[in-house]
Amino acid sequence: MIVAEQKPLEEIRRLIAPYEKVLILGCGTCMTVCGAGGEREGSLLHSALRVAQTRGGDEAHNFLEYTVKRQCDFEFLDMLEDRVGEVDAILSLGCGIGVQVIAERFPDIPVLPGVNTSFMGASKELGVWDERCAACGECRLDETGGICPITRCVKGILNGPCAGSKSGKCEVSSDIDCAWVLIYERLERLGQLEKMRRYYPPRNFRTIPRPRRIVSKADIDLGGNDG
Amino acid sequence: MAKSLFEERLNSGKFLVTTEIGPPKGTDISEMVHHIELLKDKVDAINVTDHQSSVMRFPSLGGCLLVREHGGEPVFQMTTRDRNRLALQADLLLAYSRGIRNVLCLTGDSVDVGDHKEAKPVFDLDSVQLLRMIRIMESGKDLAGNDLKGAPEFCIGASVHPATDSIEPQLIKFDKKVEAGAQFFQTQGVYDLDCLRRFMQYASQFNVKILAGIIVLASARMAQYMNDNVPGIVVPQAVIDELAGAEKGKGLQKGIEIAVRLMKMIKDENLCHGVHIMAVGREGIVPDILEAAGLEVSVHV
Repeated sequence: MIVAEQKPLEEIRRLIAPYEKVLILGCGTCMTVCGAGGEREGSLLHSALRVAQTRGGDEAHNFLEYTVKRQCDFEFLDMLEDRVGEVDAILSLGCGIGVQVIAERFPDIPVLPGVNTSFMGASKELGVWDERCAACGECRLDETGGICPITRCVKGILNGPCAGSKSGKCEVSSDIDCAWVLIYERLERLGQLEKMRRYYPPRNFRTIPRPRRIVSKADIDLGGNDG
Repeated sequence: MAKSLFEERLNSGKFLVTTEIGPPKGTDISEMVHHIELLKDKVDAINVTDHQSSVMRFPSLGGCLLVREHGGEPVFQMTTRDRNRLALQADLLLAYSRGIRNVLCLTGDSVDVGDHKEAKPVFDLDSVQLLRMIRIMESGKDLAGNDLKGAPEFCIGASVHPATDSIEPQLIKFDKKVEAGAQFFQTQGVYDLDCLRRFMQYASQFNVKILAGIIVLASARMAQYMNDNVPGIVVPQAVIDELAGAEKGKGLQKGIEIAVRLMKMIKDENLCHGVHIMAVGREGIVPDILEAAGLEVSVHV
């Protein structure tokens, strides 16, 4: 899933400063799960902004609050039409994709990002998220024991650990496991160390010409035609 | 024919001594030139470091040119941290055209440990891929398969870390570097000779030269700092205690004593093919260390 962090309140206040009527728009998928911008966080943010406004006394915003199932999906945005018509700006608590899809769907209304989109990751424990995928477009997890060196090695190198690895930890921080030590241990356990002994040539960065697009090869027919 | 003077020396069978120079942060190269003059006839080759510890400095390539101009034999330390494959190849072409014939291929420290922590880390290639790229260039092609108008030739080396606590993954990488064509290796700073012995038992099956890294420590505090902050460095507690036991103001002297002792033991036992002295900002003391260790090179004038 996509993991994000809500922006600091002061930054959000600066973003909304020019606009009177602001729709705080939560997202019901990834942002809800990672706790950066779901219905609950939208509501908490709403309260915090009102309190800050009362204390500051120099701004007069009106807030609306709503959460859609997925901001990154056009089909969930039609229901916003009425609400959006009456606001000066949308403060999106969706990830960077959500913000852009909202902007594309409602071209006449400024859309402000309320979260910093961080990475694609998994929940390690309650409230702790670790990055796991860099979306490199060329998955090699079979070769590396299910542990991604591009994401989990600080240098993203492909042929084994650098010399900075100490006690199985990364040179950047003793909080970060050396991905290549993990890969070694896992491949050893699987009896597949030959995969680590193999030479891996330089990455092909043409797999990520930005912006990327995927056209599905599957037969997607939503017309309900049986025959 | 040997590709370089240093390759000739590597193959001569004599015990080798190399050292390294860290270029200045700025345009004042007078001290670096002084160190080059001081060292060029006393060692078999002078490495010039490439933004060591990810701290921005005068470039390694520029330092190597100066070593050449002053009659020394440079080893061009090249990391993949700051340049993509185009820039790496371009610098190698320039280096060759100006008489630089030895390259030490390194991945490089992480940007996060240096003084420009917000910089974009490149790492388009890793050290193994860099070694292979050089061999490809020597065949007259660039990495994309295009013809080169004039191909370079280099004596290439790499680093190895024999003192790490997870040695097996490091050895796999070492094997890959040998396969990629590395002719010589400089080790991370060695203090525990048992580690070096064990590593040499393994490494001796390959036709490569191993130079043991000798880092000259100046105090217990420096040793501790390096343990905590410098990637890959592990100074054993016994060495830290020995430094801490030195009289006030005599830390560096003790550090030199330790370095000299290690070098003598390595040479007397014929443990590996030579030593690479890293004086970390104190290049001026290297001649004294060589003299004390009885390793003064006299044949290279």
